[in-house]
Amino acid sequence: MSEKVLMKGNEAIAEAAIIAGCRHYFGYPITPQTEIAAYMAKKMPKIGGTFLQAESEIAAINMVYGVSSAGLRVMTSSSSPGVSLKGEGLSYLAGADLPALIVNVQRGGPGLGGIQPSQSDYFQATRGGGHGDYHMIVLAPASVQEMAELTVKGFELADTYRMTSMILADGTMGQMMEPVALDDLRVNPMPAKPWATTGTGMKRPHNIVNSLFLQPEELEKFNFERYERYARIEETEALAEEYLMDDAEIAVAAFGIAARVSKNAIDEARKMGIKVGLIRPITLWPFPKAVFRKAADHVKSMISVELSMGQMIEDVRLAAECRVPVSLCNRAGGMIPSPDQVLAAIVSAAKGGH
Amino acid sequence: MTRRVTLLSGHYGSGKTNIAVNLALRLRETCDRVAVADLDIVNPYFRTKDSDADFAHAGIRLISSAFANSNLDLPAMPQDLYAVTDDRSLHVIVDVGGDDRGALALGRLAPALLAENDYEMLFVINRFRPLTRDAVSTAEVKNEIEAACGIPFTGIVNNSNLGAETTAETVLSSLSYGEEVAALTGLPVVFTSAETSLCEALWGKVPNLLPLHLQKKITDRFRRDSE
Repeated sequence: MSEKVLMKGNEAIAEAAIIAGCRHYFGYPITPQTEIAAYMAKKMPKIGGTFLQAESEIAAINMVYGVSSAGLRVMTSSSSPGVSLKGEGLSYLAGADLPALIVNVQRGGPGLGGIQPSQSDYFQATRGGGHGDYHMIVLAPASVQEMAELTVKGFELADTYRMTSMILADGTMGQMMEPVALDDLRVNPMPAKPWATTGTGMKRPHNIVNSLFLQPEELEKFNFERYERYARIEETEALAEEYLMDDAEIAVAAFGIAARVSKNAIDEARKMGIKVGLIRPITLWPFPKAVFRKAADHVKSMISVELSMGQMIEDVRLAAECRVPVSLCNRAGGMIPSPDQVLAAIVSAAKGGH
Repeated sequence: MTRRVTLLSGHYGSGKTNIAVNLALRLRETCDRVAVADLDIVNPYFRTKDSDADFAHAGIRLISSAFANSNLDLPAMPQDLYAVTDDRSLHVIVDVGGDDRGALALGRLAPALLAENDYEMLFVINRFRPLTRDAVSTAEVKNEIEAACGIPFTGIVNNSNLGAETTAETVLSSLSYGEEVAALTGLPVVFTSAETSLCEALWGKVPNLLPLHLQKKITDRFRRDSE
């Protein structure tokens, strides 16, 4: 067994990105994700990589566009307000079918909000964030080890499907320290990128990376092609952890830090004899619809536990096809639901209340 | 801790704040006038302010920025910072921010501290942090901090740990690392620290063992007994 190290979630993302072969990082500091940039600033010069603190988040995302066009693994990271600034760039990356990893360590909003943890960018992440018809693959880690593992997975999925992956973490995940087994990370070889603008060598026609189309018929064709790809991803890449769901009569839906709080509450509820389990989406897009659809056959109700005013709950309801009632248990603005609050919601659901 | 001022500095995430809290509570047992000064301008979270209730209970003064632990992410110094050097009847534990960037804030107090020459500056190290895994990289951090604040270290606190997965074996396996850093830097290992529950297995095996109570952390909010 490999020896573990003690890392912050943010540091784990940075180191895992380097292990995944990322040698280009562009960013701009913002709490609570600044350790990613700080780690890259220390490490990249030592391994022949590029760390660049851009003049803004907008500049950073466009630098990502440039490096990705050249076929290399590249990333940027920010927190909620900074990700909003990247919105235009995210849409351009999607329109040009460019792979990249974007990290959002969320803080309370809207606006400048605060620096405490939040999950209120769920809509922004899972619905695209920028303009136009597109999706990003959205991964939601719930431990520092998973911050590292999903970073590697994020790069691999991005390259496989030629699209952007986003790590949607929250301030707690970024700031908490846990032991991590980095040596256990496995990285697959990067797929060939014959589309990249790497120079023709006078041997092939030149490649063009672009999101502008002069003819609407042509633009429509690319949109339909992209959504066929999204359909394949929804069929094959959805991931969820199920905890004590086999005999569950109540399903708690939660991701990231909310899932850890919920597990605590579920254990307490089980001691009280309440049959409750957890469905923890690991991919938020594609949303693990099949798992929820299956659960809707045997549970009486569902509870969505979120650090927001209720965003994932819409996907839970859609996935359960409105066959069972879904209630919300939440805190917002940088506050975290306590295990007692979740337990109270479970007890209420067990009594038939919503 | 025979000196009036104890400065705690080291790599980001090495455990300085938790050690500062523990040393202050320990010092208060023998000293009437004890203060903790929070000079962290790097990290807005996990501050000595998390322990303000404990300090108030123990009669320890907290010298801290009004914005610590608030939503205002401002690298501000405490307004009563100069009490550290002006009030020589006060025994002070100073929690410095991580790395050279954090130590920069100490530069402002350096002339007075060096002139008075009644301080010790402890270098907090953890072998399980990814950027200080060996003695050479750890010594580099020491040099960077000294260059930033202009104050030479006087000793080492070996705080090697793996968080919740730390065992007595974890601590014992890091003793040679502590000695290597000591040899490379010429500094003595003043303390080797370990969480209180591990100390029973460590007494007699670890010189200068410092038992640590863990500061209340954000993780307490969701930790399960089984984790």
